[in-house]
Amino acid sequence: MTMHIDLGTVLRGTVCDLYSNLVTRPTGAAVRTAIERQVGEVGIPVVTTIDFSQVQLLDFSCADEIVAKLLLQYVDEASPRGYLTFRGLADSHLDPIESVLERHGLALVSWHEGEAELFGHVDEDERMHWEVVRDHGPVSVSAAASILAVEERHTGDQFTRLAKRRLIMPRDDGYTVPGTVRGMS
Amino acid sequence: MTAVISLPASLDEHTFEQVFTDLAATPLGSKVLVDARKVRWASPFGLTALLCLPQSRPDDTMSFALPELHDTLTYWQRAGFVHHAASVYELHGDVPRQRAEHERNVLLEVTPITESDDVHAVVGRIQQKATDILHGQLHLDAAVTGAFGMTLSEACQNIVEHAGMGGWVAVQTYNYAKTLGRRVVQIAVCDAGVGFRRSLESSPSHRRSDRWGDASALEDAVVRAQSRFRHGDAGRGQGLAGIRRFIGRWNGKLSVRSGSARIVIAQGWDDDAPMTEGLAPFPGAQMQILIPERLEGAAPARPRGAASSTRTRPAR
Repeated sequence: MTMHIDLGTVLRGTVCDLYSNLVTRPTGAAVRTAIERQVGEVGIPVVTTIDFSQVQLLDFSCADEIVAKLLLQYVDEASPRGYLTFRGLADSHLDPIESVLERHGLALVSWHEGEAELFGHVDEDERMHWEVVRDHGPVSVSAAASILAVEERHTGDQFTRLAKRRLIMPRDDGYTVPGTVRGMS
Repeated sequence: MTAVISLPASLDEHTFEQVFTDLAATPLGSKVLVDARKVRWASPFGLTALLCLPQSRPDDTMSFALPELHDTLTYWQRAGFVHHAASVYELHGDVPRQRAEHERNVLLEVTPITESDDVHAVVGRIQQKATDILHGQLHLDAAVTGAFGMTLSEACQNIVEHAGMGGWVAVQTYNYAKTLGRRVVQIAVCDAGVGFRRSLESSPSHRRSDRWGDASALEDAVVRAQSRFRHGDAGRGQGLAGIRRFIGRWNGKLSVRSGSARIVIAQGWDDDAPMTEGLAPFPGAQMQILIPERLEGAAPARPRGAASSTRTRPAR
């Protein structure tokens, strides 16, 4: 099950109907609380997509409150919360988002014009493995290892790590990027 | 008897030090007259810091003699200073009638900041003008507009989250003749509140050392991204780090004065000392951010995220 949350709508419904800028920490906290409430009311969807398309300005405080603190909930081992992806990220949003991701050691999947992107704190080997999943998913550990010309055990470890970070998800005996529509690779 | 503090003809963050010194030498409980009659020009820092003077001595009667030069006075009127000065000083001098004209180089008139809604309001107000001025007048890449708004937001939030009282913000362009010889845009955010040292001291994780003071507090906050909220919330303290990245990318300058110290983060064109201690004590924090005009043929802004492992997004 998927859930789409438009941040602009949440902002105007939660804080002020005139605002289109995500600035100040109290605003970020209020928006995050509203998102958590929406997700809780629906039950836990498999993939929740946070849409930034209607957001003009994003500051570090809101990036930390919304992006980082939500992601921290999703990567918590005890959390049953599924997967969190993003869309509508403009170049101007990436500065504060990447800063908070680095601060917390987090990474996220964003969808832009039909393609998945990976931002944040990942090393080159993790990124290579993630890109194989993006480009060939659903892909099994053995197939991915073959594509990358590495040992299967190493790929298995990397996929386990990426899955734990909620950057890939299991599907059809392999892995795919969260938010991928079935039938499309 | 009234103590008179005479303002210099040109009022910026350097010449304002004499004002801080004169005020510190004036006993509490004095009547004080701030004499601006001979002032010809003031930067946004000068205007916002002037409004902080009465806040630093709430029990004293402070008067203010307005500039005699008509052009200066009408400019200060349109920049919003006179209106707010009337609420914190007893004004002396003829106040010109407020006219609806706007100053071309004023991105944001002097504005009080007390709560988060004020930050939303100022960010919303500058967005319309920011592109015209930053891109049109200063020839900066269009990408600066979003980052500028974000920087303004974070600078103002320092007042809301830490000062313990309201402060002031102003944003203007002017010709930075000293050192640069070109136009700059300046964000000035000033308050007379708690200040960096006392703010960090209030954190449960604060450990005082022998060298602890205003200077080390500024280093901790501006350079090491420490915050009184960092204890228990690893995401705090990123605002000033973000401002540093902004000035690094756009060849700018950040200076923060708090207590008796002042820290400066600047690019090669500025010769200000990175840290100055032993200044006349003044409460709160007084911050200014300067971004210079980009000249034709100059190198473009540095790409963002140089230290991040994230791949650069392809151009759209």
